[in-house]
Amino acid sequence: MTEPTPPSDDVLLEVAGLRKAFGDNSVLRGVELQVPAGSVTVLIGPSGSGKTTVLRSLNALEIPDAGVVRIGEVEVDFSTRVDKRTAARLRALSGMVFQNHNLFPHLTVLGNVTEGPRVVQKRPPDEVRAEALALLDRVGLSDKADQYPFELSGGQQQRVGIARALAIRPRLMLFDEPTSALDPELVGEVLSVMKDLAGEGWTMVVVTHEMRFARQVADQVIFLDGGVVVEHGRPADVLDTPAEERTRRFLHRIIDPL
Amino acid sequence: MESGSTADLIRESLGPLLSGTLRGTIPLTVISFVLGLMLAVVIALMRLSPVWLISAPARIYVSVIRGTPLLLQLFIIYYGLPSIGATVDPFPSACLAFTLNVGGYASEVVRAAILSVPRGQSEAALTVGMNYPTTLRRIVLPQATRVAVPPLSNTLISLVKDTSLASTIQVTELFRKAQELAAPTYEFFTLYAVAAAYYWVICLALSFSQARLETRLDRYVAK
Repeated sequence: MTEPTPPSDDVLLEVAGLRKAFGDNSVLRGVELQVPAGSVTVLIGPSGSGKTTVLRSLNALEIPDAGVVRIGEVEVDFSTRVDKRTAARLRALSGMVFQNHNLFPHLTVLGNVTEGPRVVQKRPPDEVRAEALALLDRVGLSDKADQYPFELSGGQQQRVGIARALAIRPRLMLFDEPTSALDPELVGEVLSVMKDLAGEGWTMVVVTHEMRFARQVADQVIFLDGGVVVEHGRPADVLDTPAEERTRRFLHRIIDPL
Repeated sequence: MESGSTADLIRESLGPLLSGTLRGTIPLTVISFVLGLMLAVVIALMRLSPVWLISAPARIYVSVIRGTPLLLQLFIIYYGLPSIGATVDPFPSACLAFTLNVGGYASEVVRAAILSVPRGQSEAALTVGMNYPTTLRRIVLPQATRVAVPPLSNTLISLVKDTSLASTIQVTELFRKAQELAAPTYEFFTLYAVAAAYYWVICLALSFSQARLETRLDRYVAK
């Protein structure tokens, strides 16, 4: 086990006053959070707590009604109308791994990884290909480069998803319940890749129910409920000695569902 | 004697009917289908637009095309356009009418096919940096194609036979050729049967191509 890179004081991601309603349903009611560069933040919370909406706001897949998201030098204030260019600038800073991988089924594994760098970033094909193969090697799939996603297992598909997200050379990585759709025996291979990334110093924001991952890899655990951050801190503090009753009840349900 | 002359008639008609097919039916079908399909994509995208001013005209267009007889559309373009000062020859008139018709019908196929591509695909495209046109071109339309091929094949096969309507505005295609050959001999049944066989062979060939194309497009789908 590699120790996660200790977080530096440099805050890479900052979120303030994030609000979002779907119709009458207020999903986010003023979310605040900070993610230091090189650190791993795990978002936990009950279904409907808004954790996925927070994550999707970080790359403007969801446009919040209000609030500010800053990643590095790019700051977006959602209380004013956000045009496509601004959304794209924010989005370019993060790589996203989806719960259902959302790989492009009509492209090979290699094609999935090279698509962004080649088509959007227009980097030289040889360089893109070499880098993509290196990324596939890093997630342990260099022998699958020419296969189509449907020929892979769920865990392998998700690892391709990670390689595809890394390929755009993001500043931080977002994971939206990356193991929730997987068979239990495939969860480990995905988490172990994520743990390696954390060890390499990647800044990561992870929505997950994997408490062991949170405990072992996270620098910060944030507990969301009812669209606000109820509690945040070091994993040991939040998970073992939660200050809030709501956190305690949630953790109890997770650990002992019956 | 009687059966001998029928056999002769068939043999003599094969060449002219083939020429009607190659010079009339096939070019009319190919031109109208290709242009119609391009029009269909444009109309489908318009209909999918959240902007009412863009989607409404597309909706009305599809409604008018589907709600009026093809023969009437053909006549309006051929006989109607001259009345507003635009005379068009029979063949281009027919091409225009069939293009507009295919555009209306196929747009619904294209729209449904685009909607069949899961939303997550567009989101994933956004996260690798794509804008809307690139997402359409690289991610959505290639996947929609797979879904659209069977119904579009239907449209194409219908079109092959619908081009016979162009005979009513003096386009010399397969059916009109059969009429012309039959008129002096009164052997309508024989010549129409030969013409029917020609249509059927074309459609058979299209069905085979459809099957091959479907197999090719299914290569990335779990069996």
